[in-house]
Amino acid sequence: MQNSKLGLDFKRVEYARSLARNIADDVQNFVENYTTVAVERTLCRLLGIDGIDDNAVPLPNIVVDSLKDKGVLGQGVIFYIGNAIIETGLTPQQIAEQVNEGKLDLTTLKINPKDKIDNALEPIITETLNRIKKRKARREHYLETIGEGARPYLYVIVATGNIYEDVVQAQAAARQGADIIAVIRTTGQSLLDYVPYGATTEGFGGTYATQENFRIMRKALDEVGEEVSRYIRLCNYCSGLCMPEIAAMGALEGLDVMLNDALYGILFRDINMQRTLVDQYFSRIINGYAGVIINTGEDNYLTTADAYDEAHTVLASDLINEQLALAAALPEEQMGLGHAFEMDPKLTNGFLYELAQAQMTREIFPKAPLKYMPPTKFMTGNIFLGHVQNALFNQISIWTGQGIQLLGMLTEAVHTPFMSDRYLAIENAKYIFNNMKDLGSEVEFKEGGIIRNRAKEVLENAIKLLEVLETEGLFNALEQGKFGAVKRPRTGGKGLDGVVERGANYSNPFIELMKNRK
Amino acid sequence: MEERKFDTTLDLKNIKPYGDTMNDGKTQLSFTLPVSAGNEAIEAAKLLMKKMGFDEPQVVFYKELTPGYTFFNCYGKCVHTVDYTSIHVPKVESTTWDMAETDQYIKENIGRKLIVIGASTGTDAHTVGIDAIMNMKGYAGHFGLERYEGFEAHNLGSQVANEDFIAKAIELKADALLVSQTVTQKDVHIHNMVELVEMLEAEGLRSKVILCCGGPRISHELAKELGYDAGFGMNTYAEDVASFIAQEFVKRRG
Repeated sequence: MQNSKLGLDFKRVEYARSLARNIADDVQNFVENYTTVAVERTLCRLLGIDGIDDNAVPLPNIVVDSLKDKGVLGQGVIFYIGNAIIETGLTPQQIAEQVNEGKLDLTTLKINPKDKIDNALEPIITETLNRIKKRKARREHYLETIGEGARPYLYVIVATGNIYEDVVQAQAAARQGADIIAVIRTTGQSLLDYVPYGATTEGFGGTYATQENFRIMRKALDEVGEEVSRYIRLCNYCSGLCMPEIAAMGALEGLDVMLNDALYGILFRDINMQRTLVDQYFSRIINGYAGVIINTGEDNYLTTADAYDEAHTVLASDLINEQLALAAALPEEQMGLGHAFEMDPKLTNGFLYELAQAQMTREIFPKAPLKYMPPTKFMTGNIFLGHVQNALFNQISIWTGQGIQLLGMLTEAVHTPFMSDRYLAIENAKYIFNNMKDLGSEVEFKEGGIIRNRAKEVLENAIKLLEVLETEGLFNALEQGKFGAVKRPRTGGKGLDGVVERGANYSNPFIELMKNRK
Repeated sequence: MEERKFDTTLDLKNIKPYGDTMNDGKTQLSFTLPVSAGNEAIEAAKLLMKKMGFDEPQVVFYKELTPGYTFFNCYGKCVHTVDYTSIHVPKVESTTWDMAETDQYIKENIGRKLIVIGASTGTDAHTVGIDAIMNMKGYAGHFGLERYEGFEAHNLGSQVANEDFIAKAIELKADALLVSQTVTQKDVHIHNMVELVEMLEAEGLRSKVILCCGGPRISHELAKELGYDAGFGMNTYAEDVASFIAQEFVKRRG
């Protein structure tokens, strides 16, 4: 039995978990019968198809759209590409180029038996898996040799729009003490149904996620990591309409952390729920296999809903996300489940409630590198008070042992961070993390006190919500606006036309291979 | 004691920053210069401050953030003044009422609910602003339009394309349109807001709707410049928007 500083009843936690498991199973039953344009493009990429045509359309899109236009996407690209390899003797890349040039129609070739197709693909699949394993081994080697920063990892963002400028900012942040650099994506990329190509220098409020940009930043962080003797993790956004493709690109280029949450996309980007839950399953399998820590987006609920009233929705969602991640064989140690410091600063005892919730989340997910988000909703442009709000946030984090500290910027709500803003944020966190280091192990909470009662209340409210969700199903719950007070219809939102039922010839060998760590 | 060489009487025709004494001009500022730390860097910061119009520039703190970039915290005495008496800032011309007053006004003078649609348009994904104005709960104790009896409020959320926004306005026969813009990097909001006005004009709808915009970097002046009826910036709430819409509707009807 775990020891709780809050007097949490772990039997109730187990019950909550079992409800979440049933909810996730229900989703999983749906997901396993479908594929999407994004999943199929991901398979193209994993087979080595890359590059763009004269109009900057990625070749994976060209191949997948050619099958979709003929109404046969449900059979899957594995089937058609594997078959085309046998019939043409070409590589997947050459096949994609020929499809693009109109020289090859994948659907009119002679069909070969499944075992033959599997054999044709096997060496290509093995090569891809080896490439990802090599990337993972490279990270592990760095962690064993130069090491890493202490938890909570200091997580900062760069968002200049220009990958080369991002490199300058990222290396500066690493030298100041940052452990994770997240390259914010350009506004609106989550709604693009393709991944842009090459190094990019123009973005709004962020930089395009492209494979080349990943490569440039990875190299820069390895350089600075060696310089400061600390492995620097790279984070990007495996969300939106290209969720699994970004996961594949990240796995191939050695990313360490990925935002990866279908619920976030549904609620806050109006992405169709069926589409993104199917996409999420494969993306989490890839992230799990590549050793990538995922971050979930529950913190965002509290930007639209009240942090005190709706705390239980965060816990309920964390529990569901945990089960959906386990279904994709993503280990607990890679689950950066999200929550946030978003209490109204005017709330009497707000710090105590926040402390209760953070400690509760820590105890319920003991192995997870919890992602703790800074105040944003009540940041006003009063940068001086903002710096204090961030200090309180840092205190809770070190006190309750959070995993990933997304550093608050004093200029939140004003602009994307200046180099100096990031310095001040890191200085603030380092001061508090060092000065209050072992406070958590010194303090327990009073029986019947505000903090224990609050934790218990949030857990019980989460159970009530999970009971409703278990009866209703996640899809209905989202339609009714149970999370973040945002309602989304099952057939609404973006990307539904990219969802197809799997056909008789469909296969995705990566699912089992990656889940079984082959 | 520092000797005061300046007149300490308040003169609204010549105001300058106040530190702890009238007309001391004391200002704090911070910035980063793209040079390594050192005496030359400090001198550069001081010279720059002189060029900005500060006497007696002081660097009270500096730190090299990364090789070749030094951060400064500085104080100086501003030499410039402005004439406060000659300033005119365009403001939203309406009286702000509370929810009950606006509801009552709509009931008595309009006799039906005003239909309002709102969205964070273009690629902007932030809903904080539009939610604060429209949602039942509102923001910081200021209830949103959904709670008003006098409004039928439709919050379309974020990342709504201008054409979809207009289509919804036509479908719902909206009386007023609210546009929220939070992301302002590289003036992306300006392009998007201008596009909406142009599209409304092309559809012949512009004069038929009350068009408002809001966001932390939006001012009424900017809104008017871009062809909007009103702009709501920092520290404005649902009641400011509600009062304006109700009064503007009645004013236009004549």
